[in-house]
Amino acid sequence: MTDRKQRIALLKQRAEKQILILDGAMGTMIQKHKLEEEDYRGERFANWKQDIKGNNDLLSLTRPDIIKDIHLQYIAAGADLNGTNTFSATTIAQADYGMESLAYEINYESAKLARQACDEWEAAHPGDVRFVNGAIGPTNRTASISPDVNNPGYRGVTFDQLCTAYKEAANGLLDGGADTLLVETIFDTLNAKAALFAISEVLEERGEDVPIMISGTITDASGRTLSGQTTEAFYNSVRHAKPFSIGLNCALGAAQLRPYVVELSRVAECRVSVYPNAGLPNEFGEYDQTDSEMAALVREWAESGLINLLGGCCGTTPPHIRAITDAVKGCAPRKAPKLTPKMRLSGLEPFDAA
Amino acid sequence: MTQISRFINIGERTNVAGSIKFKKLIVEENYEAALDVAREQVENGAQIIDINMDDAMLDAETAMVNFINLVAAEPDIARVPIMVDSSKWNVIEAGLKCLQGKGIVNSISLKEGDEPFIRQANLLRRYGAAVVVMAFDEKGQADTVKRKIEICERSYRVLVDQVGFPPEDIIFDPNIFAVATGIEEHDNYAVDFIEACKLIKERLPYAKISGGVSNVSFSFRGNNPVREAMHSVFLYHAVKAGMDMGIVNAGQLVVYEEIPAELRERVEDVILNRRSDATDRLLEIADKYKGTGGPEKKVDQEWRKKPVNERLAHALINGITEFVEEDTEEARLQADKPLHVIEGPLMDGMNIVGDLFGAGKMFLPQVVKSARVMKKAVAYLIPFIEEEKQGKRETNGKILLATVKGDVHDIGKNIVGVVLQCNNFEVLDLGVMVPTQKIIETAKAEKVDIIGLSGLITPSLEEMTYVAAEMQREGLNIPLLIGGATTSKVHTAVKIAPNYNKAVVYVIDASRAVGVASNLVSETRRDVFVKELHDEYVAMAERHAAQQLQKKRFALTDARANKAQLDWENYTPVAPAKPGLTVFDDFDLADLLARFDWKPFFETWELHGRFPAILDDEVVGETARNLFADAQAMLKRIVEEKWFTPRAVVGIWPANSVGDDIEITPAPDGNEPVVIHTLRQQMFRENNKRPNRALADYIAPKESGKTDYIGAFAVTAGPEVETIAKRLEAENDDYNAILVKALGDRFAEAFAETMHEKVRREIWAYARDEDLTNDDLIGEKYQGIRPAPGYPACPDHTEKGTLWKLLNAEENTGVSLTESFAMTPTASVSGFYFANPDAKYFGLGKIERDQVEDYANRKGMDLAVAERWLAPNLNYDPRPLRG
Repeated sequence: MTDRKQRIALLKQRAEKQILILDGAMGTMIQKHKLEEEDYRGERFANWKQDIKGNNDLLSLTRPDIIKDIHLQYIAAGADLNGTNTFSATTIAQADYGMESLAYEINYESAKLARQACDEWEAAHPGDVRFVNGAIGPTNRTASISPDVNNPGYRGVTFDQLCTAYKEAANGLLDGGADTLLVETIFDTLNAKAALFAISEVLEERGEDVPIMISGTITDASGRTLSGQTTEAFYNSVRHAKPFSIGLNCALGAAQLRPYVVELSRVAECRVSVYPNAGLPNEFGEYDQTDSEMAALVREWAESGLINLLGGCCGTTPPHIRAITDAVKGCAPRKAPKLTPKMRLSGLEPFDAA
Repeated sequence: MTQISRFINIGERTNVAGSIKFKKLIVEENYEAALDVAREQVENGAQIIDINMDDAMLDAETAMVNFINLVAAEPDIARVPIMVDSSKWNVIEAGLKCLQGKGIVNSISLKEGDEPFIRQANLLRRYGAAVVVMAFDEKGQADTVKRKIEICERSYRVLVDQVGFPPEDIIFDPNIFAVATGIEEHDNYAVDFIEACKLIKERLPYAKISGGVSNVSFSFRGNNPVREAMHSVFLYHAVKAGMDMGIVNAGQLVVYEEIPAELRERVEDVILNRRSDATDRLLEIADKYKGTGGPEKKVDQEWRKKPVNERLAHALINGITEFVEEDTEEARLQADKPLHVIEGPLMDGMNIVGDLFGAGKMFLPQVVKSARVMKKAVAYLIPFIEEEKQGKRETNGKILLATVKGDVHDIGKNIVGVVLQCNNFEVLDLGVMVPTQKIIETAKAEKVDIIGLSGLITPSLEEMTYVAAEMQREGLNIPLLIGGATTSKVHTAVKIAPNYNKAVVYVIDASRAVGVASNLVSETRRDVFVKELHDEYVAMAERHAAQQLQKKRFALTDARANKAQLDWENYTPVAPAKPGLTVFDDFDLADLLARFDWKPFFETWELHGRFPAILDDEVVGETARNLFADAQAMLKRIVEEKWFTPRAVVGIWPANSVGDDIEITPAPDGNEPVVIHTLRQQMFRENNKRPNRALADYIAPKESGKTDYIGAFAVTAGPEVETIAKRLEAENDDYNAILVKALGDRFAEAFAETMHEKVRREIWAYARDEDLTNDDLIGEKYQGIRPAPGYPACPDHTEKGTLWKLLNAEENTGVSLTESFAMTPTASVSGFYFANPDAKYFGLGKIERDQVEDYANRKGMDLAVAERWLAPNLNYDPRPLRG
């Protein structure tokens, strides 16, 4: 099945019938390979001017074998939607490695790798279509927080700069074969709004319509994003993009996320997605939550009718995804509530004009 | 006010067109005061704040961007949505690009026809904003009901049908114009608005209605009581007709019912256009009310009455800069030194901030605000601090900050930098992704006092460990601070601190950085601080290690694969000068005195500390001295009167290791070889960095083809120790009974030490030229070890049975073993000798069932019996598995 439109229609059908499964952590899986500077460089970047170890997205170019293999493992574990290895593949985030000029190529090649993995699976399992989820990360700059505490009005990045970077990323992902776009790990909603603005322009220019998934990050015990918004305020800020799904990922484990999942499920008119970390990291930065522990937690969400899409973030592995797939098999997806139209505004907190 | 309880107040004060005061602040770029205006509105109940920078004096776009960005850093303002208010599209767009929330744009209209209106509406959908649509078209502003509803309806249809704009995000402003102007055509303006509200609500579903309320009273400028009454009355009726929100001064709305009846009636006549002389009648009485305005709206200033320290804490927690200078001054006058204000009340306040943040009761932007209050207070104090230093500009110290290589997160590090700078530290920020070498080189070149590392992602933890190890290697002698989201105290204690033998301090968040740094540079507090911290970390690391020991284990096969690898090829075992058994029937007590280790003696009496320092200890020194004097007196008698007859036997035999066993071949009695069974550590070793030891590792394996040797010993101070103790007990002289036993133990230990030395130098003679002091011996600096069954390296007491057989110990020393393999008399010591220079003492730790099964099998012992003897070392519940 090669036509994006057909696949999107199929994805939407599937979402009506079942809880869709997202894949697990890419970084965690890459970490297991214990790659060194040379692995990241490959032949092509052997003489790169600065250290690039840790530039995981670059591995799509220098170690595509590893990335594709990770995709195949998650596909085999049951992931319907497979996130491209592009979390930091924007000119802005790549600037840390001096690799701005590679941003488009990384997006394009990463989407192609995920596409190949899905196609290989489908060839071996006819009729079992899997989808490529074009991942768009937050970048490492914040559009609504000053990096200079002495100068709170200063901004390290502007909306327009973000838009330009995000447009390039979105085009690369779509050219490479992404079925959906996922704006993820949002810690500053203004960055996400720039991404959504860019995507909206890109889709208009291309004359296409692809599902947009949005996933924010509650960073700490205050229950807010890094930029200070509550879950509902965050939703109010992005619902204009008419997303396929809204959700949360990263920073917390399933147990800690539950109250915010409930909150989202209550207010969201679209599907709700969550891909938590495998618990909270221990003091050594390792995630200990086992596949069955995590699956038990998210199964309860499914049984409580809170959720449409489930997957894993930091520390999760194919066994986690397998366990989640098995745990929610047969559970009905959440039905979006019928809400009276009202003006839903937000600052850091939500404000509904009834 | 119940009728209008659902009415949404939009704060109007941050509007340069409506507030001269605000305009002045913006033109003068006094943003701090301008933010106070915004804050006050929110505190007074504004649910949305309108921001307008349209003024000829201003670059409206720049001013809008600056102000919205500043508002974003003020959580108590930014919690509400923002209305971006401008007549210029470029200003609106610039404002929208700074809003993380969903705000409202004020306004767009059909003034220039459909095309720009549609284009703007499309962009607004993309930005995600609600919109105020003015009742304005190509012909101008709508004044009558008919025009108002006509334009609103047309706008609505374009937005909803053509653009696909959500109708609930449309707010109509059907124009509020001034009434009571003296011009007859204006008299019905308020009524027109109110009527339009009703029609909009009827015909345009979900659309909302807003308006600039103060316009209506424009003709009564200078008479606020009348104006406020007009606003109140107007709203009372307009809201009933469907008006949802309005731009009002939320702090100045009088309650409709509380307007004096006469004034209310005449105002109502004007608003509702009830009589032609309404304006005149209001004018008649207007002056009477001038200056009788309601009581000034009071901000909650209760906290100002608290003591100054609490006020400073309140200001820090709530991020209030307004009074911070006067409060800091007050605190300064009360303090001995200006610096004490920082170290005292200000840091106390920041600690509360840290606690609240940790508990999730404050979030980052609020903490940043607190840091700014702190900065202001500190800035106020700095001149005083400098004056005290007689003009010498001295910083508290120089601190290097860096986010480690591989990590690009720096928000937390930057906050730490600011907070430290606020506290008169010089901060050298190397930025992100800083290689270790650069950190160390800079630290050396710049002679910094402290290095602070930050990191957010997991791999940074390892990088920090590496930096610490490199600092050690490069011989740095300055404290290392560790911070960042994934760092932890335990990680710092367990993984980082052991790599660097200077101060390593985990800093939980920015609010704690100053306290830590101040302690580290303080001449008076540094040593105690570092010592306490070190002890805490060591204890934590030990606890952690203990917990780990109970957790991860190697399988026995993996543990064996990771045994201590000694270089047998290049090792030549030393054959004993005198193999077999050597017996000492009576040993001169006086010769043992030099080998006394007094520390355990004092410990018997619960006196802990080093010897001889303990004799001068402030607290227990006197007790220790008295005890020591009594001990010396008794010792003198023991030696002179020869109370004890010490006896010993040592033996050395050829041996080889076979797996974890040690075989003595040929057996001393010529029969079956005697086998010593040893146990192997099974703790999980990351990357096999350290071996999993067993005593057998220290004896050349059979396959090496080399004959190695093992020794054993049993010594006793003599059976008299117990006889004398019993006699003293019978005489109720418990003190001397304990004393004699304690000294008996010391003799036995000293005897064991003496024998070991004799074995090393004479009997086995593998270290003939050894020349060690008693402290060296206590510090185990000799070559080889003498582990005792029942102690950490070989905890199985039953091995003493083998030992006794080998040494014929009962006959040679008079010491026998009880059923539970305890030696009697108790003033006895026994053990094995290992001569290999690589032999080290170790603790077995917890072991798994696989090894216990293997061990029981090797010993020909029931598993249950082996489990009983090894109970303290089992890493599992030995109850039989079910099923």
